[in-house]
Amino acid sequence: MAAPDVSSAAGAVDLDRSVIAPGHSSESMTAKISSVVFGKTPPWMYLVFAVSFSLVMVMNLAIARLLFVGTGIWGLNVPVAWGFAIINLVWWIGIGHAGTLISAILLLLNQRWRTSINRFAEAMTLFAVACAVMFPLLHTGRPWLAAYWLLPYPNTMGIWPNFRSPLIWDVFAISTYGTVSLLFWFTGLVPDLATLRDRTRNPLLKIIFGVLSMGWRGSARHWHNYESAYLLLAGLSTPLVVSVHSVISFDFSVSQLPGGHATIFPPYFVAGAVFAGFAMVMLVAIPVRKAFGLEDFITSRHLQNMAKLTLVTGMIVVYGYAMEFFFAWYSGNPYEIFAIIENRPAGNYALAWWSLIFCNFLAIQPLWFKKVRQTPWMLWIISLIVSVGMWLERFVIVVISLSRDFLPSSWDMYRGTVWDWALYLGTIGFFFSLMFLFVRFVPMIAMFEMRHLLPEGEVAHEES
Amino acid sequence: MAATRFPTPTYGLLAEFDAPQALIAALEAVREKGYRKLDAFTPFPIPKVSELVVDHRKSKVPLIVLCGGLLGAATALAMQTWISVVDYPLNVGNRPLFSWPAFIPVTFELLVLFAAFSAVFGMFILNGLPRPHHPVFNVERFERATTDRYFLLIEAADPNFDRERTRELLASLGASEVNDVDW
Repeated sequence: MAAPDVSSAAGAVDLDRSVIAPGHSSESMTAKISSVVFGKTPPWMYLVFAVSFSLVMVMNLAIARLLFVGTGIWGLNVPVAWGFAIINLVWWIGIGHAGTLISAILLLLNQRWRTSINRFAEAMTLFAVACAVMFPLLHTGRPWLAAYWLLPYPNTMGIWPNFRSPLIWDVFAISTYGTVSLLFWFTGLVPDLATLRDRTRNPLLKIIFGVLSMGWRGSARHWHNYESAYLLLAGLSTPLVVSVHSVISFDFSVSQLPGGHATIFPPYFVAGAVFAGFAMVMLVAIPVRKAFGLEDFITSRHLQNMAKLTLVTGMIVVYGYAMEFFFAWYSGNPYEIFAIIENRPAGNYALAWWSLIFCNFLAIQPLWFKKVRQTPWMLWIISLIVSVGMWLERFVIVVISLSRDFLPSSWDMYRGTVWDWALYLGTIGFFFSLMFLFVRFVPMIAMFEMRHLLPEGEVAHEES
Repeated sequence: MAATRFPTPTYGLLAEFDAPQALIAALEAVREKGYRKLDAFTPFPIPKVSELVVDHRKSKVPLIVLCGGLLGAATALAMQTWISVVDYPLNVGNRPLFSWPAFIPVTFELLVLFAAFSAVFGMFILNGLPRPHHPVFNVERFERATTDRYFLLIEAADPNFDRERTRELLASLGASEVNDVDW
């Protein structure tokens, strides 16, 4: 046995386990994180922003064309009347879910490692929801009329939405989710905006941050109410995030269509959402921590924990796939058996189904190994594959089932047109443009919460 | 001058500490001396400090959130029931009009929505925010309160307040600086 390492025994920090690198004080940590906001825009950022903003232009073009011509430019047909719009809606909403999980559920579970990634993941939630809501609104073809199809308001036609339909539940679930995520995010930002107000020497920035921080001054009376409100928001967001993807899964499971009509859907959708979300957090966080030198705060421990959660939720999703087969077989219903057991692995879109199994099942297996969890580039590649896999999952659920419905005479194939792809890629550009603006203009790591992790923050955890 | 407009010559005294433990010790000491009109300013929430300042009173935020949540749920349930049963009854295979299980998702969402708004607005209103001006901002050192310094404020309105003796007390408690807070 090697000689006992006195330094590590005496409280020196194990870099693999620590959530913040040693040697930081509140001042150095605050200076480092706010330097991203106060510093010059790094040249690489212009380049990546140019790419993502070009995609925003593609999105605008795709939307303009859609509004001029109509939804006929998409690949929709009968029987596949739900295509990319629904796939992308579910995909984006799912991506947002890891943000709420990190900010709310891990807060309630007292997982202090979440602190440095929570602001970032919450921003991701907001922007993912912004991308998501575009799809159902544009799918109506006349989004300016959507208010009167979607919202219950007294109107001269004397009609109301049908509250027994999952589609109207969606409207309430997604709008509540977006609003609550925004409130949670902004509430978390207020003390940090006050820090920026107090640190900047630029009079204009002082006014802007002063207004946004609402005059926050760190009073103990204020913290008292603040902590209570923050914890309650976390407590409210936790069932909310579970409800949102459950409600979205009702769009499928309440319908009669084989391939959607299964009770496994709500839990399996929620797990899939968290799975996709963690993949997206890693996809963004790995390059950003490198580019801004934030490895001291987003440490290897964070990436490893996220990798483990990706693996766990991924395996729950795989269990969901297995259960779909079991349900189909056990139901004895010939339509179910055809749709799931025969048509998915060997039918008209077998390639999509097998790619899905590769992406969401085989590709995550390396995460069992510690070496892989400790290697950022490997995690990044796995995250990319998982993001593709989760998109394929929604494609499989939406398109395969519809394209082979009950009557063979109505069967048809579906593929996205160039405008479907343009809008989808465009929203990816929109998402990343918003992410870059966020990273540049507000502190991407919650500084006031990070102070809890410093030696002087220990006092906040003592029992009083 | 200012003295004619304000009840006390200054707003109070602001003592600066380098460490949270020093602030807690000082808070306990000034409370012992009978000071009650005090506040502390810290760069992150410290439950012990809050409890000493608010005198172990509970926050009113949870009650506001409960009311908001119940109001949201009641609104949603009432709206859906009135629409589906009274104003626009849809007969679907003679199933009951008051199909309450189908109303649960929207009821839950509005419960969360109203409760979240109550939490955020309730918190800011209880805190008297937004308020961009406050006398403590007149102390130049105070800009460190949002980074790494811990401040203790004793208001001049406190009956025990005496500019010289309070200042001495604060200095004796290990404050690195004690400043007058001008109106």
